[in-house]
Amino acid sequence: MMALLDLSLAALLLLLALGVVAERQERGAIIAFLAFGLMLGLAWLRLAAPDVALTEIAIGGGVTGILLLRAEAALRGRGKTEEPLRRTGRLAVAVACAMISAGLGYAVLRFATPAPTLAPAAAEALPATELGNPVTAVLLAYRALDTLLEKVVVLLALIGVWSLAPDGLWGGAPVVKPAAVPAPLAWLARVLPPFGVVIGIYMFWVGADAPGGTFQAGTVLAAMWLLVTMAGLYPAPDTGARLPRLLLAGGPVLFLGIAFLGFVFAEGFLAYPEGLAKPLIVAIEAALTLSVAAALALLVAGPARKAPAR
Amino acid sequence: MTPLVHATTPGGFLLVLAVILPVCAVLAILACGPRHAARIAVVALAAGAAVAIAIAAELVTSGAALTYVVGGWRPPLGIALRADGLSGAMLAMTALVVTAVGLFARVQYGLAGDNGGGRAQITFWVMLLALWSALNAVFVGEDLFNLYVALELLTFAAVPLVCLDGRAETVKAALRYLLFALVGSLLYLLGVGLIYGQYGTLDLSALSRLARSDPALLAALALMIIGLLAKAALFPLHLWLPPAHAGAPAAASAVLSALVIKAPVFLILRLVLDVAPPQAAAIVGQLLAVLGAASILFCSVMALRQARLKLMIAYSTVAQIGYLFIVFPLAGGDGTAPWETIAWTGGALQLISHALAKAAMFLAAGVIAEAFGHDRIADLGGFGRVLPLSAAAFGLAGLSLMGIPPSGGFVAKCLLLTAAVIEGYPWLAATILIGGLLAGAYVFRVIDKALAVPVVPIAPRRAVPRRLELAALALAVAAVLIGFVPLRPFGFLQIGRGGLAMAGLP
Amino acid sequence: MTALLQPAILFGLTGAALVGIGLFAVVTQPGLLRRIVGCNILGAGIFLVFGAVARRGAGAGFEADPVPQALVITGIVVAFSASALAIALLKRLSEITIGEGADAGGPEGGA
Repeated sequence: MMALLDLSLAALLLLLALGVVAERQERGAIIAFLAFGLMLGLAWLRLAAPDVALTEIAIGGGVTGILLLRAEAALRGRGKTEEPLRRTGRLAVAVACAMISAGLGYAVLRFATPAPTLAPAAAEALPATELGNPVTAVLLAYRALDTLLEKVVVLLALIGVWSLAPDGLWGGAPVVKPAAVPAPLAWLARVLPPFGVVIGIYMFWVGADAPGGTFQAGTVLAAMWLLVTMAGLYPAPDTGARLPRLLLAGGPVLFLGIAFLGFVFAEGFLAYPEGLAKPLIVAIEAALTLSVAAALALLVAGPARKAPAR
Repeated sequence: MTPLVHATTPGGFLLVLAVILPVCAVLAILACGPRHAARIAVVALAAGAAVAIAIAAELVTSGAALTYVVGGWRPPLGIALRADGLSGAMLAMTALVVTAVGLFARVQYGLAGDNGGGRAQITFWVMLLALWSALNAVFVGEDLFNLYVALELLTFAAVPLVCLDGRAETVKAALRYLLFALVGSLLYLLGVGLIYGQYGTLDLSALSRLARSDPALLAALALMIIGLLAKAALFPLHLWLPPAHAGAPAAASAVLSALVIKAPVFLILRLVLDVAPPQAAAIVGQLLAVLGAASILFCSVMALRQARLKLMIAYSTVAQIGYLFIVFPLAGGDGTAPWETIAWTGGALQLISHALAKAAMFLAAGVIAEAFGHDRIADLGGFGRVLPLSAAAFGLAGLSLMGIPPSGGFVAKCLLLTAAVIEGYPWLAATILIGGLLAGAYVFRVIDKALAVPVVPIAPRRAVPRRLELAALALAVAAVLIGFVPLRPFGFLQIGRGGLAMAGLP
Repeated sequence: MTALLQPAILFGLTGAALVGIGLFAVVTQPGLLRRIVGCNILGAGIFLVFGAVARRGAGAGFEADPVPQALVITGIVVAFSASALAIALLKRLSEITIGEGADAGGPEGGA
């Protein structure tokens, strides 16, 4: 029974992906992609990876969806295009891609058995972190350097997006509210946020021991903020204003500060002192959740479109 | 040869500082606000340069690689950072170029006379610092996924630099660059996934012991190398590079051309030499050499045909990158470790001397464009009289590209040529010689203009202060000086590489 | 045949197929927004291969190896940032090329 479900899920994923490629209308393609993101979340649940499933649905499906739909609306009828390939060219590319897929499929079938895994190592080290969720332990302890640098990647993308504002508008506010706010959106913007914020805080709080964590919680908070600003209840802030800047930098700065303290109080950079690992990790996650929420929301909001207030 | 288990060495914490200090400056700029950006950046430049010097000194005195196990979590669960002689050389070269470019930009933005909070200026400082972090992270990375994050950091820092001036053609070049770089990173990431699925580790040292000739590893290496080639802009994946590097402001072009494309090249080097099983490495090496030779010949000719100075320099970058790929079949054919061959030393010298020379050229071209308001080579007759220092910088850097003594490029190409003859690759020897001649032709086109005496003397649109020209000249002189210390780097590059590390040091 | 129906293998193969579809879209789609979506499909395929690796690596009481899961979470966030930057570039490009003509004669040197 489960096998049948998996099989139809896999088939649906492939059909939706092909639909994205084949669909003539750009909007239709994007909606197919959104459905694809949702199905992908289910696939991750079937792969016993609930943390990834939450991230995929929140970021891969949700926020990416808002981003793409806004882009499609803004570009409608004047999206930039490259030279289309000729039919023979497309055929050659299709054959090459099919070969890559086939080779990859072969590699997947021929992976070493028994499967190599770091699960035992991760389990063995888990008590030292005092966490219950091994994925959080990987993200914030074993491989914390990746997570730290990845936060910087998100900030850089944001500054890169901001840098695309015209010179005169640098430091000004993005415009998030569409020309006409649909009534359902306005209604949702009044009803959803309290629940969203509670869900976000809950996701962050359980993340240490159960599926959830900074990214998922941050994304939910970002989505709530976007909902409110898109409905026009609240304007987007100036990108040069102090509060968003401090919010954005706060998470990584606290992370780095604790990382450097490791030189003094623990084994070294990014090491946590014994007995304090969990409270420190939860503190870092709290600050990061706010930073992630601000960064994701502002990435969707885009560069400044109004001159700064100063 | 490589340590069985990574353990933090004394001085290993310097590697963390090399990666993290520039990031701290980025966060400081974000938190403190744009007005302090230039000041924070200058402090970070000084600190970063000091760290690079300290790492090089530590490598020389200890004669062994530096290692740091981040957070005390040993690989394969955790991440290690490691710097051997080659990494040390790359770190030092990067520090030199970034500092010189930073000083150039400081003078240039000072001339513009805005209050220091402008869009282009702030973006430049943030991206320059982030780029430095990313490069250092690539050069000291030991973990394949950590290297993926470093590559992405590099992409996100490089792309906004391309379109700083906001013109449509540069935004277009930036978008194309981003798409190439993203697909490149994704292919690399796919390879990382296959390797983890097969070996359960991401640690490069561990992989160099575990790697066998199995389909998963070969597929992974093929994907990763193709992805990295797209980022390194080797022929025929170079199409994104000329518009991107030529359209950026001079200071940005200098770091993009001198440093950014070196990171994927460095990783290909590590994958082929440290991870690939010998047989596969030999085949890959041959293929890369063919592409490298094609790059040298095709893009040198393209450089010769360009009407604009910056486009010419950008095509020259693709051609010079080609030399780095013809090293593969020349190094380690007969059982000697690759890093003990003269080809390896030549390749490493080419990597470093090209970076210095190319940064110098782009900065000089920036000064020229600043002074005359354009960079059309045909209309630059007699520019040497107006800008003697920039003309000298261009000429000295040109020596290195052509491979004329005395210069780092000469020693590098001489070593490569010797290796090609000894190892029996006449077609590579011929390529090196023809590439040198073509480089001579395109450099001479500009030198000819610099020395020309036009009927109507060329007049600058605005006066350029001498101190703006100094950064280019300093880098060009450094590119020449590298040629005088060929033996010392030879030993330095072997630190942490083999058991005989220090035996060959003169 | 039953081995093929295990989620790890099934979704691993799905991922392999998605990689091909995504690459095809990135290379052949004329619309740049579509190419960006193609990049996302390519990424999703790659992440599923990681997912297969994670599921295969179940052990020590975990239903899946946590390390690849964490890598995928990092990867998803990076992929989103990339899409956001690409879309911002695309929007900017379309804005300035529409206003082109007024300021087409910009400085050629670009220094």
